[in-house]
Amino acid sequence: MRRLGVTSCLFAFLACGGGDGGSGGGGGGGGAAAAPLGNSSITGVIEFTGAVPANPAIDMAEEAACAEKHSNGPTDPIVSVTDGNLANVFLRVTGGLPAGPYPMPAAAATIDQDGCLYSPRVVGVMVGQDLEISNSDPVLHNIKAVPTENRGFNISQPRAGMTSTRSFNTAEIMVPLECNVHGWMNAYVGVVEHPYFAVSGADGSFTISGLPAGTYQVEAWHETLGTQSGEATVAADGSATLNFTFGG
Amino acid sequence: MATSAVSLEPAAHTEAHELSFLRKYIFSTDHKIIGVQFLLMSWVFLVFGGLMAMMIRWQLGFPDRALPGGQLLPETMAPGGILLPEFYNSLVTMHGTIMVFFAIMPLLVGVFGNFLIPLKIGAPDMAFPRLNMASFWIAVPAGILMMAGFFVEGGHSGAGWTQYAPLSSDPQWTGVSAGQQIWLLSIAILGLASILGATNYITTVVNLRAPGMTWFRLPLSIWALFITAILVLLAIPILSGAAIMLFFDQTIGTHFFDWTDGGQPILWQHLFWYFGHPEVYILILPAMGMVSDIIANGSRKPVFGYHSMVFAIIGIAFLGWIVWGHHMFQSGMNPTLGMTFMISTLLIAVPSAIKTFNWMGTMWRGSIRFHVPMLHAVGFVAMFVIGGLSGVFMATTPVDIYIHDTYFIVAHIHYVLFGGSLFAIFAAVTYWYPKMFGRMMNPTLGMVHFWLTFIFYNLTFFPMHNLGVYGHMRRIYDPSQYEFLQPLAPLNKFITISALLLMLVQLPFVVNFVMSWFKGEKASDNPWEANGLEWSVPSPPPHGNFAEVPTVYRGPYEYSSPLVEEDFLPQTRKLSSDVDPAAAGA
Amino acid sequence: MSWILPSSASTFAGDIDFLYYVILVITGIAFVVVEAGLVLFMIKYRARPGRKAQYIEGSTKAEVIWTAIPAVTVVIIGLMSGGVWNTVKGRNSIPDNAIPHRVDVRQFEWDFVYRGADGQLGTGDDFTVRNQLHIPVNQPVALQLNAEDVIHSFFVPAFRVKQDAVPGMAINTWFEATEVGEYEIACAELCGLGHYRMRAMVTVHSAEDYQQWLADRIAAAEEE
Repeated sequence: MRRLGVTSCLFAFLACGGGDGGSGGGGGGGGAAAAPLGNSSITGVIEFTGAVPANPAIDMAEEAACAEKHSNGPTDPIVSVTDGNLANVFLRVTGGLPAGPYPMPAAAATIDQDGCLYSPRVVGVMVGQDLEISNSDPVLHNIKAVPTENRGFNISQPRAGMTSTRSFNTAEIMVPLECNVHGWMNAYVGVVEHPYFAVSGADGSFTISGLPAGTYQVEAWHETLGTQSGEATVAADGSATLNFTFGG
Repeated sequence: MATSAVSLEPAAHTEAHELSFLRKYIFSTDHKIIGVQFLLMSWVFLVFGGLMAMMIRWQLGFPDRALPGGQLLPETMAPGGILLPEFYNSLVTMHGTIMVFFAIMPLLVGVFGNFLIPLKIGAPDMAFPRLNMASFWIAVPAGILMMAGFFVEGGHSGAGWTQYAPLSSDPQWTGVSAGQQIWLLSIAILGLASILGATNYITTVVNLRAPGMTWFRLPLSIWALFITAILVLLAIPILSGAAIMLFFDQTIGTHFFDWTDGGQPILWQHLFWYFGHPEVYILILPAMGMVSDIIANGSRKPVFGYHSMVFAIIGIAFLGWIVWGHHMFQSGMNPTLGMTFMISTLLIAVPSAIKTFNWMGTMWRGSIRFHVPMLHAVGFVAMFVIGGLSGVFMATTPVDIYIHDTYFIVAHIHYVLFGGSLFAIFAAVTYWYPKMFGRMMNPTLGMVHFWLTFIFYNLTFFPMHNLGVYGHMRRIYDPSQYEFLQPLAPLNKFITISALLLMLVQLPFVVNFVMSWFKGEKASDNPWEANGLEWSVPSPPPHGNFAEVPTVYRGPYEYSSPLVEEDFLPQTRKLSSDVDPAAAGA
Repeated sequence: MSWILPSSASTFAGDIDFLYYVILVITGIAFVVVEAGLVLFMIKYRARPGRKAQYIEGSTKAEVIWTAIPAVTVVIIGLMSGGVWNTVKGRNSIPDNAIPHRVDVRQFEWDFVYRGADGQLGTGDDFTVRNQLHIPVNQPVALQLNAEDVIHSFFVPAFRVKQDAVPGMAINTWFEATEVGEYEIACAELCGLGHYRMRAMVTVHSAEDYQQWLADRIAAAEEE
């Protein structure tokens, strides 16, 4: 085996010489050291009115390791409503911001593949911010990004516990992620020039924080229910409420 | 008159001996130096290709264990030392590409075409020495470019060495774009090197033969290289053209292979295999030719049925050029065409059988000397037969339905390209090493290398037939995913261990090759007591090869001739009964 | 290590296997003759002091023999193969009573499309089952392979059937299962990073079980 070690090292040496070929460079971010522009925040709740559309059932019979993670039959959570509140809505500030540079969020955004579904289904990143994609399933997933503005990628994670990090260098609403091994798996990444974005949680609530005082236009996006816009004014170190209502 | 001897004046070459190191060894126009340059380049790529094979085998034998040393690979190839499927696909693609285009093909055609043709036909150099130099210096950057593809974003091409469209034509299916384009550019550039080389070989053989060197006094090695050069000219431009079309599909939005816009994926397969099958014969004919020379020498007998050996070379080349469709029986091609290609393919068995039995006929009633080249040459015959016979299974269309794209095919190509071509290359390198470097290789190390390689080679590749018989698909990253393949896991492990040992036992050869260059016993002019023209000049031959234009009196295989006491009779030795060819022509 | 083919379960598998064994025997004989000959010659004609090789340039008679024998053999193999090839892959080989399916093939899934209640393929009540093909025993099944992205290859080792699915070409293939059971479907043509996992199952039911399965599925499809 010694010979193999030596030969692999030779190969690895060549490979290492070429750099990582991985993540794209940082975009408009001001670097991790930049201080927040302010301490104001916009919060709100996304409500859903009308009849909640049924989410399609997923036949996971061929993937027992995933099927057993879903106690009562897996469905594709396209419209996820709990107590009248809508999750997985992507919100971002579209107007009213001062000129950059903007502070880069300290942590990487994460997305996990669990039970052959993406978790979360919708995630936001700032241009240049790392997106950590991990696999909690003991099966192969591939992650294919199908952007229109950014450069796409198609990578795989054949085992549980693997993590890959990628980033995007152009703003784009939204970059779809798909898994071709499990055709039902879809996720959406919102890539924004600044850190003022949020995704509504299971209770429909969201918070966009770190804003300076001002009046902001906010857009709310849902994968099937379309987009809505709203406006909110916040004082220095204050908070404003902005709710949206989507209908079935 | 059959002899056409447009002899260059050798004196003109010997005058020019005051050359700088750079002109003499780097940018040399001397065919012998260029041959050695190709040899060194090909060895490097052979090692690269072998390392890739080791990584592939590790994954197949131990799919749930990290590759030893794999932690050193970047996260895009093997996070934590575990190969990624996309990197595995790149390895499979590049193992095939490197071995075919940058190892075996330059070893056979580049090395021995260059080194042997002028020496064996009595010429001072190639017809176009500068073109020859250009051919090598085009091949080198093509090879560097090809390896560079591993280090670009998205990784190297993962569409297989056959590059089937649309997997290869549209980056969205693989995530590979730059690597894919690099593959195509490198192949197009290398194609230019091959075309230049082949033109040169053909011109040289036709025009520069020494007086008396008639067509049917040519050694079979030269016949094979000559026919191969013609095949190269017929096949390589097709590949270059196809590669450029695919490159355009990738980069400027043409639709040659894009089915959504009037293109046709199967067109790529036709173009590729129209090149690809002749390529198989480009990779075996020179091996057959050189093995014929060596078996005659080792057996101390004339080649059995010299003329039919020549016609068999031509027959194989012609048939090999009209059978490309047998790679496409399951592709959706018109099934009636399947019948046609099956018949033409099966017919290749006929010239192949002639060659095999004639090699045996050459050994029959001989007085066999088991020098290292002879061992490798006999090893070639023994292994090529297996590769030829397994070909009958896949030529037979109904059986091919089952074994197509399985390990049976992998076994077959390795019996042809490793058991066949590479054993012949070992035979040829050990045979002509004294002429190349002026020193003998160590025969003991040579024997050890041959026997260990022969054993581990068979332990590695023979069981692959059995994998194929069980339906084991090729190019799969993890066979444990299929229930019907799980019983084969122990066999896969066995093959992997054999393959690792096969790689390891190449070490004696490397040591022998390097050490003998500096410390080997000085070689005499004719250490094997052979008949060819190259053995009538010093080892290594001077620039310009021949002090004066040699005259050829007979064929190359006059071993144990009743006319002389010794058991060999060089082509240049004039007996009292011989007539000077110039006088005969007058 | 075995040269015996794994058990088979389709009508034409027997013919293919028979041809395989015929070739195995013929090539086996050739293999033994050549390898034994080489070993024998190496021992018998090894260089010994005082013995010179015999100067023989060839023998037309011998060469005619070893040209004719392989020529005749391969022609016979070719003739034997023609019929089987036509049965499996010929243009008009699909039996009239075959159950039609469409198979939509993409990275890295097989969508098997079944006829709905109207018994017609290509109508609104067709239903699709991912990675699962259910068929009755002893009845031919015809598949129309539609690749949607790259080339894949439909391979059922137990049925000895393999057919590439090429985008832009609707390629038909067929088989008839002879034994009830579950068999694996594999993709045999490199199709990307998930190629090694492009696996599906074919379930061969008895005629009654198949009718029951079909009725359940049609009922379920109509509910949705």
